Amino acid sequence: MSDTDEVGEEVTAEDGYTDDAVITHAHGAGGGQMTELIESLAVSRFAESEADVGLAALDDGSVQPIDDDHSVVVTTDSHVVTPLFFRGGDIGRLAVSGTVNDLAMMGATEPLALTSSLIIEAGTPQSTVERVTESMREACEEAGTTVTTGDTKVMGSDEIDTLAINTTGVGIVPRGEHVPDAGLSVGDKLIVSGTIGDHGISLLSEREGFDFGGDLESDVQPVNDLVRAAMDAGEVTAMKDPTRGGLATVLNEMASKADVGIDVEDASVPVSGAVSSAGEVLGIEPFDVACEGVVVMGVTGEDAEDVLDALRDNSKGEDAAIVGEVVEDHTGQVVLDTGFGRRYLSPPEGEQLPRIC
Amino acid sequence: MATNADAGEGELKFRDPEKAERLTDELDALMDEIGEPVNVMHVCGSHEQAIAKFGLRSILPDDLTVRMGPGCPVCVTNMPEVDEAVALAEDGHVVATYGDMFRVPGTKKSLADAKDEGADVRVVYSASEAAEIAEDEPDREVIFFATGFETTAAPTAAVLTSDPPENFSVLSAHKYVPPAMEVVAEMPDTDVDGFLAAGHAATITGYGLFEDFVSEYDTPAVVGGFEPIDILYGLARLLEFIRDGEAGLENAYPRCVSEEGNVPAKETMWEVFETTSGEWRGIAEIPQANLVLSTEYAEYDARERFDIEPEEGAIDPLTEQCITGDIMAGKADPTECELFGEECTPQDPVGASMVSSEGTCKIWLEYGGQPDL
Repeated sequence: MSDTDEVGEEVTAEDGYTDDAVITHAHGAGGGQMTELIESLAVSRFAESEADVGLAALDDGSVQPIDDDHSVVVTTDSHVVTPLFFRGGDIGRLAVSGTVNDLAMMGATEPLALTSSLIIEAGTPQSTVERVTESMREACEEAGTTVTTGDTKVMGSDEIDTLAINTTGVGIVPRGEHVPDAGLSVGDKLIVSGTIGDHGISLLSEREGFDFGGDLESDVQPVNDLVRAAMDAGEVTAMKDPTRGGLATVLNEMASKADVGIDVEDASVPVSGAVSSAGEVLGIEPFDVACEGVVVMGVTGEDAEDVLDALRDNSKGEDAAIVGEVVEDHTGQVVLDTGFGRRYLSPPEGEQLPRIC
Repeated sequence: MATNADAGEGELKFRDPEKAERLTDELDALMDEIGEPVNVMHVCGSHEQAIAKFGLRSILPDDLTVRMGPGCPVCVTNMPEVDEAVALAEDGHVVATYGDMFRVPGTKKSLADAKDEGADVRVVYSASEAAEIAEDEPDREVIFFATGFETTAAPTAAVLTSDPPENFSVLSAHKYVPPAMEVVAEMPDTDVDGFLAAGHAATITGYGLFEDFVSEYDTPAVVGGFEPIDILYGLARLLEFIRDGEAGLENAYPRCVSEEGNVPAKETMWEVFETTSGEWRGIAEIPQANLVLSTEYAEYDARERFDIEPEEGAIDPLTEQCITGDIMAGKADPTECELFGEECTPQDPVGASMVSSEGTCKIWLEYGGQPDL
């Protein structure tokens, strides 16, 4: 929509919406429709701030200078998940890890503090909420931070499904040392810090009632320590955590934001045997689903091996691998070498539905 | 992908890039001997998936074109069939269906649209899961909107022969592949030198079924599996037939497919279903290729049990521009459609082949189709 639109003014079909257009699940699925929605609803309304990284960058958080030497990094995330308690974690661990990791993706690996806002459905057992908050405490301890302010709201039983948590995180980085997601250059190597698809495939199979044995579980964890180790070992040029939309989505975002191409070698991408098999059964690609404890980083060619070693020295990074490199060709696109031939690795569109045969 | 658990020997065997290279060398040599362009049609979304996912088109000889025919059961499901399912859901019944079917547009809306408006539509993995819903919710009428070829028709039949709950019924949109291959082979503007037949449908029907087909249409056919090596091997056998001018038949998927197929599954399928003629979306009226419940199972036939009155409406003008019929008939590539990736995306599909993961359009959008890489 145009700059002159005001809040509340009717949005017309000319702006890409029909009068009866509604928000659908696709708008929250992390794909193109979500980006369009954010750009048209939010980015166009809130004036450019003096930030080094502002809203328009659609990065994991904002970076705002506070004096000549420091910038403050802020990020916020709302969390809903079904089921609340899943193999490998729960909504509390997810809410803390998600926000700590988004700060880390900007280079702020020592989170100053988090806020926590809980919206709870009336009738939810107190013990459920207690389990969740205890899990948040543990995750905070792991990440070296704590919750310093919060809010609690209770809603009617038909107004919300059990529990939603919003967390906001604040961190400080030396001015100019933040890591944008748009910083890739030709020649950089791409490193993935751990096996991909664990969170998404595990939750999907749990939700659908599939039991693939005991090996599948979410990887949800704070990775700020891992990111710090990498940044100390070499020059990290761009970073993202492949949450919604998975590795395929973040690689495409990184390629198009930096106006470069990315080549990925399938055989180098770390995937657990359990995720790989379950993905084949469900007809869902591990590339397309969320990870909650993994980071994708661009590293200069000369530092790549050092950063890889540093990651592998950390228990959270023992499966880390160089999966590809930044190239001049096919700008804005990701090409996968499957070992047989080459094809595009495109971001998934919308929700992942299991297939028929 | 690098799996950190021990991969089974079977997987390695059929995903061995070195073997693939030897097979592509063989394909190159065969194409040299043939000396002219060759068109191969496969009739299965899973083949298209594997070809695209493993990037096989980037290593095939330039003048060997491998195109998908009417191989996506979801894609050939006709709009009025979707309309029937939508009408049943809107009448307050539970409609259970496969995930692929969920967003396929009917004349006015898809089951996903109906669900957004409050209808009770459930995505299931199997006919038996739909029957379980009926068992768990005896006060509701549960209708399984059954789609797919022989591979899913046989399991639907198995549920119906094992005394399902009374509140369970089936709205069949099942299809039967062989007559469709005949129709495509007869189409004057389809130029097919050989067919790569679908291995999984053949696990049920048996490859013997194709014997009459190859002689009648004087076109060779090879039954192929779905791993990269299976596909390349199947193509090599097909090119040999084409080089020799022989309308031969070969089973290149012997670890799953036999000559007679799965006899008990076939018996169950033909006990429950009978064929009737019907429109395959966008392609043609195809004789004896729709599977409907036989009179013996009429009590479970949703079309008998309910008075289904689909809402009438005008077809979306975009639908008129959709070339899914030509794509399914193997006459056009998705990239030849003006709507491809623009007005038509998996989230907001115009044609069914943009919905299903078995659909050519969706597969091409996801993997780049015929990339120039």
